Amino acid sequence: MTNHAQPLQETHWAFQPKAIAVAGSILGLVAFWSALPPFTVRSPLVPILVGVLGIAAGLWAVTRGTRRLGWGAIASGVIGLGLGLLATRSSSGNLHVVFAADLVAQVFVFATPLTFGALGGMVSERSGVVNVGLEGMMLMGAFWGVYGADKGGSWVVGILAALAAGGLFALLHAYWSIHLRANQIVSGMAINFLALGVTGYFFEQLYGNQNIPAGVSTVPNVAIPGIDHMAYLGPAIGDLNLLIWVGVAFVPLSYFILFKTPIGLRLRACGEHPRAADTVGINVYAVRYAAVVVSGMLAALGGAFLSIGFGGGSFTENMTEGRGFIALAAMIFGNWRPFGAWGAALLFGFSTALAYRLPVYSSSAATLFQVLPYVLTLIAVAGVIGRSVPPAADGQPYVKQ
Amino acid sequence: MSEQATPTANVPPEQEPSTDFVVRLGIAQRAGGLIVPVMTAVLAFLAGGIVVAATGHNPLSAYRGIWDGAGFNWLFHIPWNTNTVNLDAFNLTQTLLTTTTLILVGLAVAFPFRCGLFNIGGQGQYLVGLIVANWVGVSFASWPTLPHVLLGIGAAALAGAAWAGIAGFLKATTGAHEVISTIMLNWIAIWGGQYLFGQGGPLQNTYNPAAPESGTVVQSAHIPVFWGNPVLQGLDYGIFVAIAALVVFWLILNRTTLGYEVRAVGFNPEAAAYGGINVRRKYIQAMAISGAFAGLAGALDMLGYLFQFGVLDVQASQIGFLGIAVALLGRNTAVGTGIAAFLFGGLLYGTTRGLNPSVFDPSLAGNLTSMIQGLIVLFVGADVFVLYIWNSRRKLRPKRRAEAAAA
Repeated sequence: MTNHAQPLQETHWAFQPKAIAVAGSILGLVAFWSALPPFTVRSPLVPILVGVLGIAAGLWAVTRGTRRLGWGAIASGVIGLGLGLLATRSSSGNLHVVFAADLVAQVFVFATPLTFGALGGMVSERSGVVNVGLEGMMLMGAFWGVYGADKGGSWVVGILAALAAGGLFALLHAYWSIHLRANQIVSGMAINFLALGVTGYFFEQLYGNQNIPAGVSTVPNVAIPGIDHMAYLGPAIGDLNLLIWVGVAFVPLSYFILFKTPIGLRLRACGEHPRAADTVGINVYAVRYAAVVVSGMLAALGGAFLSIGFGGGSFTENMTEGRGFIALAAMIFGNWRPFGAWGAALLFGFSTALAYRLPVYSSSAATLFQVLPYVLTLIAVAGVIGRSVPPAADGQPYVKQ
Repeated sequence: MSEQATPTANVPPEQEPSTDFVVRLGIAQRAGGLIVPVMTAVLAFLAGGIVVAATGHNPLSAYRGIWDGAGFNWLFHIPWNTNTVNLDAFNLTQTLLTTTTLILVGLAVAFPFRCGLFNIGGQGQYLVGLIVANWVGVSFASWPTLPHVLLGIGAAALAGAAWAGIAGFLKATTGAHEVISTIMLNWIAIWGGQYLFGQGGPLQNTYNPAAPESGTVVQSAHIPVFWGNPVLQGLDYGIFVAIAALVVFWLILNRTTLGYEVRAVGFNPEAAAYGGINVRRKYIQAMAISGAFAGLAGALDMLGYLFQFGVLDVQASQIGFLGIAVALLGRNTAVGTGIAAFLFGGLLYGTTRGLNPSVFDPSLAGNLTSMIQGLIVLFVGADVFVLYIWNSRRKLRPKRRAEAAAA
């Protein structure tokens, strides 16, 4: 048929633009990392060289059509180069305070609620229901999680209570969005206000002016034998909370379910073209209900991590402090994909963890650093670097014919 | 009763609307648009009362305490004693102060809503207005009162407009959803405010470097107080600015070309574009006007009674979010927003500082406000649900009659 048939053998995967772009992004990271402990290279030459390599890899990928990842690599290279140069000029003592190995552990701590929330938001939005109520569902999980752990005597009861509470509010959101066809953003905001009131009210009612009593059963840490006493790796990942690992495990799991199973295909069909899904016999309402409830449960797990996971059995009014919204941002920044959302959650967790340590340099700059996730997300939705595109039927109620 | 077209019947009849819309429009016309908001408020207070009763408190005395705490009882004590040494009168002035803010943050949600945009960024725009007003109020110390206050208010409104305008601009140029961008802009404003007022921040006070607080607004930038003691947070002339804003809102929407175009875009952007309206420009204009309302709210608060703001205040401030409930309950109209703002103003003040702690615990009551706020937004979001309950009363009535006959 055609005289210019493509050669049958494909380029080796390692030389495809995608792989090169990913390598470029990693090089950008390395450019920064090389100037940090444990390596602490003091010569500015190394970050410059590695950073330029990363930028070159990105440029190469962009010219071959891999725009999004390629621009990512270029950005990573530029930022890595800049930060690496800054680090080589900073005092080595300060660097050791800020970039101690437990920074990695802290990144995981800050990223875990975001990971759960972002995965939850993704499940709901992939089915076509916008969920801006993540914040409220997370807050419900945080309070009822610690209440369950306190009254039930075990963190397992706490987790179950959190799942039930988050699922219940998600069910409310689902009923409103799917059956009553209410504006999903209005409904989601209502969930947020309602959760703030309900958790605050019952916290005051059940615990009064006293705090949650000490010694509440909390989710245990997992000490990995062999790693927990190693240098660097030990303080980094040797002794992390169980929920952190659950969150990490949920990322490939949700990827697999979403993209490799019939359930995932049905879910995505409902979010992209519900009428088509209905035509082939998928119960759109049922799928959306299930997705929203699962979404609320995931968000609630993130909340439970705050209260009975890392939080050590505590609760304060409005404990989530907008983490649900950052989770939403992470989901959007990650382009409604599990690994993308996780990457964004880690990036946002990193920026928060870093902001907590930057006061050794300047406390006001550290505060300003906290806006980074929001600015990045704003840039992402504006489509400056690779546009974030939601599922086609996201936010549209489905009317059966 | 009358052949007159009601104001809600703005949809050209030759269009073929969905059956759902016809049902809703019919019900709304029959009730003059009153059933849903009134039922919503009643249901929300009822549900809140059930929670209060279920947790072992007397809901009637709690609501009575909130009513008194808001100073609403003053209205029924004729002849009116306007002296704010009288606690009821003082409470009412405080409720009206809160109402001032709520009217404006409510309008900030209502205006873009009429253009089909949902502005969740009222809190951020309010904070930006607050910050700019603080900066103006702390600087220019040698100015006389009138230009100083006007400069503060004007600059804050412009800043709010610019802040919201970012979301409008992104929506118009790249199609970025305004809900997402306004949420992000909220948090940028919240962290930005903490940076500006925090230790080492550019707007931190000069007299106490240890305190993460702004400078204090100088006397010349204080909006004069007309009811109550200026030292004890009297009611300032700002409330008339808010009422004027309600009128301006109504005038723009109903008596200008811009308002007509905004409403046209709100009904159907494609049809509006087909009719020659520049939809993108309307998005930017609607958001900018909305931001100006919210920025104005921040300025009136800062120059009216706050005078100073700290990092902790930035973190605790939630009032901009209440604008959503105010606007939705007020059906995004001028009169409705005014009434809803007064209701929420009373609720907000009556459940916190106004509430007598021996009647009902303010820490519970404050959360009750969030709950009622959430329920109101929830019910307004699903007027179908509210109307279902309203209609089901007819089903109940014959049953009751039958029971009465049997007894």
